Amino acid sequence: MTETFTRKTPELARRHAGEKRFQWLGKAAITIAIGFLLVMVGTISWMGVGAFKQTQIALDVYLDPQEIDTAAPNKADYGAMVKKAQRSKFSDVKKHNDKRKLYKLLSSQAAFTLQHQVADNPELIGQTAKIWFIASDDVDMFIKGNTNVDDSGNAGKLDKKQLQWIAALKSTGDIRTRFNSSFFLSGDSREPELAGILSAFTGTVLTLAVCFALSFPVGILAAIYLEEFTPKNRWSDLIEVNINNLAAVPSIVFGLLGLSVFLNTFGLPRSSPLVGGMVLGLMTLPTIIIASRAALRAVPPSIRQAALGIGATQIQTVFHHVAPLAMPGMLTGAIIGMARALGETAPLLMIGMVAFIVDVPGSVLQPATALPVQIFLWADSPERAFLEKTSAAIIVLIVFLIFMNLIAIILRHKYRQRF
Amino acid sequence: MTLQTFNPEISTEPVIEIKQPVITVKDVNVFYGDKQALKNISLDIPKNKVTSLIGPSGCGKTTFLKCINRMNDLIDICRVEGEILVGGQDIYDPAVDVVALRAHIGMVFQKPNPFPKSIFENVAYGMRIHNLTNSKSELGDRVESALRGAAIWEEVRDRLDQPGTSLSGGQQQRLCIARAIAVEPKIILMDEPASALDPIATAKIEELMDELRKNYAIVIVTHSMQQAARVSQFTAFFHMGELVEHGKTDKIFTSPGDERTQNYITGRIG
Ligand SMILES: Nc1ncnc2c1ncn2[C@@H]1O[C@H](COP(=O)(O)OP(=O)(O)OP(=O)(O)O)[C@@H](O)[C@H]1O
Ligand SMILES: [Mg+2]
Repeated sequence: MTETFTRKTPELARRHAGEKRFQWLGKAAITIAIGFLLVMVGTISWMGVGAFKQTQIALDVYLDPQEIDTAAPNKADYGAMVKKAQRSKFSDVKKHNDKRKLYKLLSSQAAFTLQHQVADNPELIGQTAKIWFIASDDVDMFIKGNTNVDDSGNAGKLDKKQLQWIAALKSTGDIRTRFNSSFFLSGDSREPELAGILSAFTGTVLTLAVCFALSFPVGILAAIYLEEFTPKNRWSDLIEVNINNLAAVPSIVFGLLGLSVFLNTFGLPRSSPLVGGMVLGLMTLPTIIIASRAALRAVPPSIRQAALGIGATQIQTVFHHVAPLAMPGMLTGAIIGMARALGETAPLLMIGMVAFIVDVPGSVLQPATALPVQIFLWADSPERAFLEKTSAAIIVLIVFLIFMNLIAIILRHKYRQRF
Repeated sequence: MTLQTFNPEISTEPVIEIKQPVITVKDVNVFYGDKQALKNISLDIPKNKVTSLIGPSGCGKTTFLKCINRMNDLIDICRVEGEILVGGQDIYDPAVDVVALRAHIGMVFQKPNPFPKSIFENVAYGMRIHNLTNSKSELGDRVESALRGAAIWEEVRDRLDQPGTSLSGGQQQRLCIARAIAVEPKIILMDEPASALDPIATAKIEELMDELRKNYAIVIVTHSMQQAARVSQFTAFFHMGELVEHGKTDKIFTSPGDERTQNYITGRIG
């Protein structure tokens, strides 16, 4: 009797082999997928991680009380003071040309840095203070090892003389790399060492907020209405086909629609997150509707019968029982749609969200750009230093995406109920 | 055209006299698309009695039951012809509000379908939407008496906040019975309420039916001849969409008028 269960018939062996084969294929597919993912994320991290650090140069600046009016300290010529400090550090520099090269070691921000220091610490006036300034992108690249000394003795745009000065600074410990907080706290800039992602990030957050506020309620209500209330006939089929088609329309078409309708007809502000969000919202809407309808369809009909059977109205049935059960699926659809909207560049280009934006947008009506557009702009810039900025911005985008998915998982978990 | 398959003998057979029926079914035909599921059904359901529907699987018992509270409306392809009067009102009249109708006619489904909410909420939900109670304590009391009525109170009294779906199949079925009787319908339709129950719970449910019929009319679908004989005063035998025979339960079981009924209750078809 026991032998019946232990003997391996060829037929049974064949079926087990088939199962093994399938499992192997599955594992191989997952391994390949994870491999690609690791290569991609790894490369981007490798290239972008440098942007989270910043090279700084220390100078002893004499804050001449005759130059700085304590009543209006902002009026003083700090640029001249910084230059003076540089000249006194390297007193052998005499030629006009060399001076210019020396000044180029620091970013153009240096005067502002000094001004802020004085404004924050007025007691420094009259003293010689050691102050750290942001180095120019060429120095930054050299210190991080992104540019190397070539045969002619130059490294990138730095020439022999400049490299000597850097070596001197290094030997006295007056050059250092620190966490680059300004990358997160400032907007875009023409100078790579000063460029940050805050304006693009804020633009993205505002745009997605508008997109979500528009597409989530409308999408869910449309799905509920179509799935639970409309009779199934030729018209509902037609609407279904159209929504499915809409989900496949290239995003740039939505951008053109936004350009001609929202900007040209309604006269809404160009480059604003409001219009960006509306365009992305339109684009996301079909995705949310389709996913939500699938989620509603997956709710067993017995639940509807149970509610209707004790005299609940259609609306009560839907909102008390069916929609809560479909909520996890609807949220998944919304997140998938939003994730696509997050990475969308083309429609934003059409409505002018590609402008060079330094200021952080304060409302959905102010000009803004978005992370993917910022990535596109930086990737297009010739300076070597923008390369690592591009990768760093991609990292921020991916982290943002992970964050969004995390929220979705938490919400899904909260709403999960068993049938 | 479909009448060709119809045996005229059956329709001419005198329908048993029922005084003051709560439900009067007149010449009802039901179609699922092109397929006819019920053929010319005429039947009276008496008040304060249990009527059981018996017949082989697929003969249309559930379909008939769903006609009475218009649950068939949910099936797009389903079409009902004929008249069903409840308290003298044709329920397929456009003026009828199905929500009010279903509050009046409770139903326990063939497959247990508790809400994925707490046990308490499963029972309380109907009372809430119909505004049957004003105070929280009254609601609690009525939930308890409904659960007691369905012979499940002792098993769930300590876990009222757990999901109804976490109960066993038989417990879920009794929870659904409690949910149905909690809103105090005037007519209760039960589709095989005891199919997943052990003999003890079945006995309790049968007791409940006997109790409930004092105030309600009950229609029950069952595959158990013994159960039909035990609980019901009237029995209707369906076969392939036709109502073969309808009468007092003891008469149907002791001296059936039709050969098919005879064959079915003795276990030769079905
Ligand atoms: N939703 C539906 N769509 C199409 N046909 C249906 C549908 N529901 C029932 N039918 C058909 O109607 C006939 C009667 O079905 P019904 O469910 O009323 O049988 P039943 O007597 O309750 O059977 P059982 O004892 O197995 O529950 C069957 O032939 C079935 O195939
Ligand atoms: Mg049935």
